[in-house]
Formats: sequence, structure tokens, C-alpha cells
Amino acid sequence: MSATTLEVASPRLPGTLTRIALIGNPNSGKSSLFNQLTGLNQKVGNFPGVTVDRKTGVAQITPLLRAEIIDLPGTYSLYPKSLDERVITDLLYDRTSAQYPDFVVITADASNLRRNLLLFTQLADLGLPAVLALNMMDTAEQHGVKIDVAALQQEVGVPVIPMNARKGIGIAALKIVMGQQLAAPTVRFYEPTEELLPMIRQIRYYFNLHNDYLALHYAHQYQRISFLTADEQAYIGELVQQYGFEPTAQQAQETIDRYARINELLLNVVEVTRTDEAEPYSNRIDRVLTHKVWGYLIFFGVLFLMFQAVFAWASYPMELIDEGVAWINQLVQTNFEGPLISLLTEGVLAGLGGVLIFIPQISLLFAFIAVLEETGYMARVTFMMDRIMRKFGLNGKSVVPLISGVACAVPAIMSARTIENWKDRIITIFVTPLMSCSARIPVYTVLIGLVVPDTPVLGIFNLRGIALMGLYLLGFFAAILSALAMKFLLKTRERSYFIMEFPVYRWPRWKNVGITIVEKVKTFVFQAGKVIVAISVILWVLASYGPGDQLAQAETQARAAATQQQLSPEETENAVASAKLENSYAGTIGHALEPGIRPLGFDWKIGIALITSFAAREVFVGTISTIYSVGQDADTRTIQQKLATARDSQGQPFFTPVRALSLLVFYVFAMQCMSTLAVTYRETKGWKWPILQAVYMTGLAYAASLLVYQLGS
Amino acid sequence: MPVSSASFPTSTARSVKDLRVGESGTICCLNDPEMALKLLEMGCIPGTQVRLNSKAPLGCPVTLVLGNGDYTLSLRVSEAATIMLRD
Repeated sequence: MSATTLEVASPRLPGTLTRIALIGNPNSGKSSLFNQLTGLNQKVGNFPGVTVDRKTGVAQITPLLRAEIIDLPGTYSLYPKSLDERVITDLLYDRTSAQYPDFVVITADASNLRRNLLLFTQLADLGLPAVLALNMMDTAEQHGVKIDVAALQQEVGVPVIPMNARKGIGIAALKIVMGQQLAAPTVRFYEPTEELLPMIRQIRYYFNLHNDYLALHYAHQYQRISFLTADEQAYIGELVQQYGFEPTAQQAQETIDRYARINELLLNVVEVTRTDEAEPYSNRIDRVLTHKVWGYLIFFGVLFLMFQAVFAWASYPMELIDEGVAWINQLVQTNFEGPLISLLTEGVLAGLGGVLIFIPQISLLFAFIAVLEETGYMARVTFMMDRIMRKFGLNGKSVVPLISGVACAVPAIMSARTIENWKDRIITIFVTPLMSCSARIPVYTVLIGLVVPDTPVLGIFNLRGIALMGLYLLGFFAAILSALAMKFLLKTRERSYFIMEFPVYRWPRWKNVGITIVEKVKTFVFQAGKVIVAISVILWVLASYGPGDQLAQAETQARAAATQQQLSPEETENAVASAKLENSYAGTIGHALEPGIRPLGFDWKIGIALITSFAAREVFVGTISTIYSVGQDADTRTIQQKLATARDSQGQPFFTPVRALSLLVFYVFAMQCMSTLAVTYRETKGWKWPILQAVYMTGLAYAASLLVYQLGS
Repeated sequence: MPVSSASFPTSTARSVKDLRVGESGTICCLNDPEMALKLLEMGCIPGTQVRLNSKAPLGCPVTLVLGNGDYTLSLRVSEAATIMLRD
């Protein structure tokens, strides 16, 4: 490709950290470029007030020069359509901010240059020093698009680097340009009309802005610019009124004018020699992959594979992690003693184990999702499912989180990130934990085995199987109907569009897939992990300490009783554990809860299990075994036998079918999972949604159990 | 070039929604001012050729090919109905 002919000023001083913002259209290869420049030196943080992640990374530009690169959300123009896109304008409008970039690298899809240049011309008009990274040169060539890079550079007035970021081609050239002191662009692509100038100038001088176009953006966005004070916003508001400024009409006209200008400049730059007869390969693939029969079959095949991976394949590394944590716990417990050790092993290490255990599922699910996104298949999923999902206030992309939720809500909720629309994403996150996840299976197994007879139905089915199926369906319908209700309840000012680019199929870049996995695991471990460990420690305190010396007394009594009844050492330990748990804070709360949960058919023993199983639903089984003195590690059959002998105050069996059903229904609906709570907090960037979710799900569980128990008995 | 929101098509005017799969037309104007902003940014400029490329199995959304095969957009039928065509 041709060399740069623009004059380049002195190299940047070594030792200073340059700030570079990376910006471009969605699907223009921005993430690939970001990954190429920064590798694994990436950090994910927050922008205040929005749900998009703030991704930054450090790139070594020259041996002496490092730069901080910020990856901005993909956008088609500088006029934000969503809250998330607002972070772009907030960053690029405020020249006085410490975060203000020294220059921007604008990625553009070379095979679709016209549309990609729209954003470029807006940024150039803002007067930001810029480099145009002309990406996907290979795709352009395949499409018969030939670009005269030197001519383009003349026309746009900034350095243009032809590249193929996915393969790393052009990165070296880009780094050379990034190492130079770039001047602000001199070519202007759009001038506001004469009648707008009085208003624009007044804003410009009032705020001491460096150009008219920025002042025009102030007039457009003043209500949404976070760094303006209320007085400043009011000032612009008055001017807008006074001059009768019509933002929508102006923006439409500006876009049309810009396209006209771009068409003109591309006349001498782009030459298209298209062979018309050959249908694009993407279209041919689509005929199968979005076919009304094959399309859905293949899609459900992909979903099944994904589900299998999260459900079955992940279980092997999860077991290893489980055993590893248990081994370390054992090691610590045998070598040290004291209350702090108990805190360390049963509180902190158990919590850490609870965090690490999710890594296999998150990695596998995001490996799939990254491949689906990279290849362009995700756009087809949305395309095929939108009509169905929209009826329930969901989005075509909600299918992936909902199905993954059957394995585990934690990675499932994280995968809702691919849904761009805020409302659709919130609804998806909110209802996903209602899908019956794998942690509910132990609870379902114990209780169904206890009260549902093992009788065949219609020859091929089994009553227990049907009961289990019923619980899964109950969760599914609860999720769908809750979504429908939220569709009407949730008000949003943000208008929802479906309009999106339909990308061509491409092979996935494994490096990008790998980086996605690492990044997702890192954010989960460091951000949701904090909450999980904290809750784990609180639950440990509740279960291991009691008011006053109640715990010690209970232990002495239990031991005395055990000696009297001549119990074996193991039976004694089980009886002691049960007595201690009953007298702990958790036990006290369980007792206190009893009046509240008695209408559901639950007693204080179940109350304790409800509290401890907030760590994770399967803890229910362990707690119930402890409290019924069968020991933590008893198998399902032993627990069931013990539960079957439990009697109520009238001497009747305690676990009647109705009572068990009430408890099952409770576990279908109730939140009962600190990790879900933590991940919702992390994904929605606040406590509002996780708390609403917990309250809603627990309320739903309470109401449903109440209904079951009161109608049934 | 007509400004997107200024011209109001008559009821007999055809929109992209009325195209058959494989059929092309030329965009005349966009009749929903707010959605027009999004469509314009995505390249649905008055005067551009547009071809209905495919429909989802359930009839909605649809895909459009803009210009001379530059790129493909996917949008709902209700959104396509706001893109009016020249006679």
C-alpha cells in the first residue's frame, strides 16, 4: 500500500502516557484492533451511570512510548441513540477533562466505507486529531472494492492506515503513526447553515469552545451532557427556544449533507468491480441457516450443544475445583486450630470456592457466545427469534440467556450483555433466574423421591419424571409471564429499534475468543466475587455463632444425651452438629421465621435451611441433613429415609405430599442464590435491580407456596 | 434531495414493506422523523437503491440490501414500513 504523504510533526516525548480513544461503527473490527494493541493488558471498569463497561488497555507503541487506549462502544454517529452511547459524547466534548484523549483512532470497514465515513467526518469536524484505520481490506478486496489509499488520505486530511486487524496486518504501520504528534485535522466536511450561526456562536463563546460544530452538539445534547451544571443546561435551553432550533430536522439534514459530501469524495477513491452473477456466499449460507425448517433445527442443535457444554462438560473441571478447595480446607483444618481458622475455611475459602466453581461454566458459555458473535451467527439468531420473543417483551438474543439459565443463571445473566437494548436486557436479566438451574436438582431429587411414588405412567414415563418436568415447565412459564408483565410495567424514554447491520459470515478469530473468555472470567471473579465472599462470610457467622453461650450449652446437653442413649461417636457428632445449628443465629432466625412460614407448611428446620441455602440452593440438602442429624455427607437415600420418619406434633408424617410440593414450588421461584444476586448487581451496575429481583422472586415463591399448601390441605 | 421528515406520502405510496423478496426500489423519503435519524445514519438516504433480500421464517424481521450490494440491514416490518419508495 502507498506510504503516508502527510507531513508528520516531531515524535512524541518518551515517558509520557498518551491517551488514545478507539472509536468506530459496530462490526468495523474495533475489538479486534483493541485486542491486537493491548493483548491481555486490559482492564474493565465502569462509566458512571451506564451499564457499558469501560474497557481500557495499555499498548506499547514504541520501545519508549506506552499509550492508554480506551475502547468506546460501537456507534454509527456522534448523536447518541442510547444511554450507553452517551459515554462517547461525555468523553469527547469536554476538552478540559483529564480523560480527554490526545487523539482518536477511528476504525472503518473498508468494504463499506461510505457508511463508516459518516462517523469519521463528524469526529474530524469536532477538531480531534485522528487516524483512520481502514480495516478489513481483505473483505473489501473479495467484494471487488478497490481503494486508493493515497487519494483517500488527500481527501480526508488525516493519516489513513490500511489494515486487517484480525490478522494483525497494518498494526506496525498504525503504531508508527500513533507514535507521532498528530495535528488537528484541517479538512471540514460539514458547515452549519447560516441561520444557525447566531445561536451556535453564542453557545461557543459562552462556554469558550474551540469550534462551531462542538457548539452545535451542545445545542443538541445539552440535557444529556453530564458535566454541564443545571444553570448551564438552562442557558442553552433558553437559546434553543429563542432561536427555534429544531434538532431532529437539523440532524436529518446534516446526515444527508454528510453523505452527499462523502459520495463526492469517494468518487476518485473507490472503484468497484463487482461480479454480479455470483451470489454472495453469506446469502447462500443464510438460505440454509435461516431456513424455516433447517434454520430452527440447526439453531436448536447449537443451543443443545451449548447447554450440554455448560451442563455436562463443565461438571468435570467443577468437580476438580470442588475437590481442590476441599483439599486446601482439610489441609488448613488439620494443621491449624481456632475460630479464625474456621472463619478462613468455612467462611472465606468456602466463599472463594463458590466463586471459582463458576469459572468452567462461564468459560464454556462465553467460548460459544464469542464464536457465535464472531461468525455473525448471533445476528441470525436474533433474526429468527425476534418475532416470537418480542411478544413477551424479550429480544431475539434473549434465547441464549434463557436456555443457559437452565444450567446456571450466573453465566446466563452475563450473556445478556449481548442485548443492546436496555429494556430488553433488564427484562432478560430479571427473569432468567426463574429458569430451573442445575443447583435446584438436588433439592428436587430429594423431595420428589420422598413423596412421589416411583410408578410408571403410560408405559414409557415415570411419575417422578413427570413431576420433575412439571417443575421445569413451571419455572419456564413463570419466566415468560414475568417478562410479559415487565414489558408493560417498565417505562423507558429510550426508543427501541431493531435496525441493525446484518454482518457477513466470517471465521472466528480464536485470539478474540480467548480474550473474551479471560475478560469475562476476570470481571466475574473480581466484581461479583467480592459480593459472594462477603455473603458467604456472613452466612458462616450466622451458622457458627449463637446468642450468649447458647451454643456451648446446647453442645454439652447434646453430648450428655448422646452418652445416655449410648450413641456411636459418629451419631454423637451428628447430634451435636444438629443441636449447635439449632442454637446458632441461623437457628434463632429459623425459629423466628416459623410463624411467617407456617402458612406455607414450613417449620423452623426448613426456615434454617432457607437461610443457609441462600449461599446456593443445593446447600438446602446439606443443612437439612445436619438438622435431622444424618451428617453433612449423607447420600440422598439416607436423607430421604430420615425425612420420611419425621413426625409433626400430632405424630403424623411431617413431609406430606402437599408440604413437599409447597417446598418444591418455593424453590422453583425463590431467588435463593447469592451468586445470582451478585452477578445481577455487577451487570446492572447497582443494587436496585438485584434487590427488586430478590424481593419479586421471594414474593412469588411465598405466594405460590401459600396457594399450594392452603389449597392442598 | 427532499428532507426526510418534511414530505408526507399519500396513502397510495409504496414502502419497503410492500416489496416482494428480490424486488428493488429507490428510497424517496422516510416518514417517521425519529426513526429516520437512525435509518439515515445506517445509510437509508433518499435516492439510494434498496432491495428486499429476505424475510425471517415468521415474516418479520426482514433484510434489505442497500446501494449496489454494499451491505445488508436487518429491521422489523414496522420499521421497513417507514421507508417510502419512489414511484
